[in-house]
Amino acid sequence: MNILCNGNKHSITEGMSIQDLFEELNLSPDSVVAEINRKIVQPDHYGQHKLKDGDQVELIRFVGGG
Amino acid sequence: MLTVNERPYPYRPGIRLGDLVSVLKPGADILVLNGAQAPADTLLQDGDICSLIKVGEIPSALEMERTLEARHSPEFQHYFRQATVGIMGLGGLGSAVALSLVKVGIGKLVLSDHDVVTLSNIHRQHYFIDQIGWKKTIALKKTLVRVNPFVAIKTLDLKLTEQSIPKLFGNVDVLVECFDNPKMKAAALRSTLQHLPGVGYVGASGLAGYDSGNTIVCKRIKPRVYIVGDRKTDVGTAGSLLAPRVGIAAHHQANQVIRLLLGIDEE
Repeated sequence: MNILCNGNKHSITEGMSIQDLFEELNLSPDSVVAEINRKIVQPDHYGQHKLKDGDQVELIRFVGGG
Repeated sequence: MLTVNERPYPYRPGIRLGDLVSVLKPGADILVLNGAQAPADTLLQDGDICSLIKVGEIPSALEMERTLEARHSPEFQHYFRQATVGIMGLGGLGSAVALSLVKVGIGKLVLSDHDVVTLSNIHRQHYFIDQIGWKKTIALKKTLVRVNPFVAIKTLDLKLTEQSIPKLFGNVDVLVECFDNPKMKAAALRSTLQHLPGVGYVGASGLAGYDSGNTIVCKRIKPRVYIVGDRKTDVGTAGSLLAPRVGIAAHHQANQVIRLLLGIDEE
């Protein structure tokens, strides 16, 4: 199965959640805005939201400093 | 034709700089001709640009507005005067964005921060030593009204949350995210995308350290939604935030606010 993650093809395993994707990409979930198929996913749904083949995933990552 | 205090004034041969004072600014004590101070008996030439200054005088709202119109064009100033801009966080980014926008003459600024000024802020944020211990909202407002007393400034001395942002900034034209904390940066964008669909947005990510200023860019991520920064350099890895690079990011943000207010929505 493949998703499109920030415009790049990315292979995923069956049943993988957004949380799992964050762990694989070594991203801190709290500092990322996640959109699946142009819909924002709330952080408390990261564990339960399973990725599907063909999903378009946009991850906007923030780093600290202001 | 002469230009006197940013307004046209008819030229006549033989007119001297001092002649303008009694007509246009009685009591003026500093006279400036084409950018340099000049004596009152200086003969003027057609096309000269003159400023008549009463030291310490606060200009009227109309004088301020005419001056901004002369600098920015009446058309652009019309857009700026009508605009409301919200700024979330008044640190190195937010204090600089606010200062830049108050100079431009934005109609109304909504400034939010729950912090107080500390000595450790002074190296990059627009506060003064004698403001240490003050609420940032109060301290910054004091500075901003010295620059332009005719901008309406609303202060929100509170800690923003993902839930409260749409309630507090529902009426702004553009919202500027100037938080330090990456979790709040993400929360603010999420909240705006979900609940404030008509509001322009300018966030920031990646402005620490002393990497080339050229790596800081303003990226359009969606219609009317922009993120400024290099997207990777955080305080943890770069070690510190320095005034120059933070200032570059802040002014990128302020510039993007101006562009959005003028209806420009492209990188």
